[in-house]
Amino acid sequence: MTAPNGNSSNPTRRLKLLMSWEGFLLAVLCLVFAVNASMSHAFFTVANQINLFNLSIEKIIVALIMTFIIINGEIDLSVASVMGLSACTFGWLYHAGVSAGLAIVIVMGVGFVCGAFNGFFITRLGIPSLVVTLSTLIGYRGLARVLVEDRGINQFPEWFDALGQQPLLGPFPLSLIIFFVLFIILGFVLHFSGFGRRVYVIGNNAEAATYSGVDVAEIKMKLFIASSTISALAGLLFAARVGAVRGDVAQGFELDIITIVLLGGVSIFGGSGSLLGTLLSILIVLSLRNGMDLANITGHIQTGLIGLLLILSVLIPNARIYASRFLQAKPS
Amino acid sequence: MVRFPIKFAPQNLRIFGLIVVLICVLLFFATQIHNYLNKDLFIRVSTSVAIMALIAIGQTLVILTRNIDLSVGSVVGFSAFFLGGLLTRNPNINPLLVVLAGVGFGSLFGMLNGLLVAYANVPSIIVTLGTMALYRSSLVQFSGAKSISTASLPQWLVSLPQMNVISVGGYDIRVTFVITLVVLLMAHFALTRLRGGRHFYAVGSNPAAARFAGINVNWTVFLAFTLSGALAGLTGFLFLARFGNITVVAGLGFELKSVASAVVGGVNIFGGSGSVIGAFLGAILVDVLDTSLVRWEVISEFWREAVLGALILLSVTADTLLSRKLLAISLKRTKSTQEQMATFQDSLTTRKGP
Repeated sequence: MTAPNGNSSNPTRRLKLLMSWEGFLLAVLCLVFAVNASMSHAFFTVANQINLFNLSIEKIIVALIMTFIIINGEIDLSVASVMGLSACTFGWLYHAGVSAGLAIVIVMGVGFVCGAFNGFFITRLGIPSLVVTLSTLIGYRGLARVLVEDRGINQFPEWFDALGQQPLLGPFPLSLIIFFVLFIILGFVLHFSGFGRRVYVIGNNAEAATYSGVDVAEIKMKLFIASSTISALAGLLFAARVGAVRGDVAQGFELDIITIVLLGGVSIFGGSGSLLGTLLSILIVLSLRNGMDLANITGHIQTGLIGLLLILSVLIPNARIYASRFLQAKPS
Repeated sequence: MVRFPIKFAPQNLRIFGLIVVLICVLLFFATQIHNYLNKDLFIRVSTSVAIMALIAIGQTLVILTRNIDLSVGSVVGFSAFFLGGLLTRNPNINPLLVVLAGVGFGSLFGMLNGLLVAYANVPSIIVTLGTMALYRSSLVQFSGAKSISTASLPQWLVSLPQMNVISVGGYDIRVTFVITLVVLLMAHFALTRLRGGRHFYAVGSNPAAARFAGINVNWTVFLAFTLSGALAGLTGFLFLARFGNITVVAGLGFELKSVASAVVGGVNIFGGSGSVIGAFLGAILVDVLDTSLVRWEVISEFWREAVLGALILLSVTADTLLSRKLLAISLKRTKSTQEQMATFQDSLTTRKGP
């Protein structure tokens, strides 16, 4: 990228990189970092960085798989409810006398079933994922409330709480390790495997994919199962980190998760985006929130700003398209 | 092939089916809950539907154009709060002005949504998911974490929900219910009889075709969002009148319930088909289920949400499968007509031939 001998193609390549969404995100990230670092010396310490990740770890884990879903041209609004359902199922099972280890296995199974349920309606009955997951957003949350009603459940086994709250490997807690392992695996699957290519093809043109012999339904089904299963895992991590569950665990997280993914340059219409973009956007959103915390901006305003960011993340690329169209149209 | 005694348009079939389901639900709970079918149920459901149906009508207008408005709950809350603050400071404002203020306030929010969706080409799910959060957090900021209480409101507003237009044998028809009915009839008339109303359907069925037909698609979408915002503003007024005590969480979750009402009422989520009457019936069904499940002793009231989710999914599935079947039937019909035409033409050519 920084070739010493500037040949003729290099400036355009450099410009292209700069003009790409990832380049833009990188610039924004540097800006946010600079502002944060100037506000507090503690910002760049390892402890703060890990803490910053840790506070939203469940969201960013789910954002990874949400990237796949949206590139595929679908949406999964039920993720936060699956997180809530899995956390509540765990609490309920554990307090009904099931051992924590077995409860974890069952909860992952619940996540699998939730995904298969979504996938069935989307792929077999052909109902848009927006509607299916909107109704399961309500439905799964409802089931979570049925399980725990208006109680709060806590007092999980010590090792379970410790996994969520204490560092496991060096300074890194389990959830952060899971995040990075998932990032590497999913990055490989999305960008270096046939499966990943098919995800893009379907997102670009599902009909063309069908005629090219891609089993669209199967891939969509797998993605929705993966989405819910990972959300169930995230729900467990939430329960471990907080050490208690309630009916409203993770409520409204879908907004943040979708915002992160779209800000990362994934098109809501499917077919384009990258996991690297999602990672950059995760870093931006987390640092931004951290910075707002440092600047004493309350949670409600943060949510509003994230909402604004969501709109801007689509508005800005649109504006760029208009601008380039305008510039191209002018000479002729 | 099934032949109905009366020629049913798919639209009417949906409404007919919905009424049947509603009656079944009422009869079922009548066997389960002691002293269920009485005037209290009517009054309770009609007052609470008055609120939900209004936003369901607005939501229907938006969904018809192939969009969705998830910000209505926040607009309802903000409008209720705004009007509450307004009345606390100036208790002597003319009631009509208050209503107009609510409508105007709500339509401003709707316009912002509409601008972003129609003219900046941002998908409505993104815009309204964003503005849902944005409006809510503005409300929190605006309110300064205070709440509106009944005591600070003028008497006419507090007594409005109990006011009757007419009472037939103990069945009170409340003013709020009549307001909603008037809006419903106006919306129904506009959608079925006015050119501008038909544009909503045209845009939702096929935006490209609508554009070629000379319809201003962007304007229609903008109008749908503005009207949805205006109705949410009006709902804010009714909400304030009904509850009196308004906190910053007012109207939370209304967006999902309004989508649920519309979808259960047979409004196609792909746009282009559905009716406000259906959405109104959908709102009634959702509300009847909601209030009845609380009173039903067999299961805990915590099942409400889960049942609501299942109900939406069920009705969308039924609707999709049904409309697919109807499409297949109508295709078969056109096909057979085409075949008849073809044979007719063949016979003509053979007769003409040497």
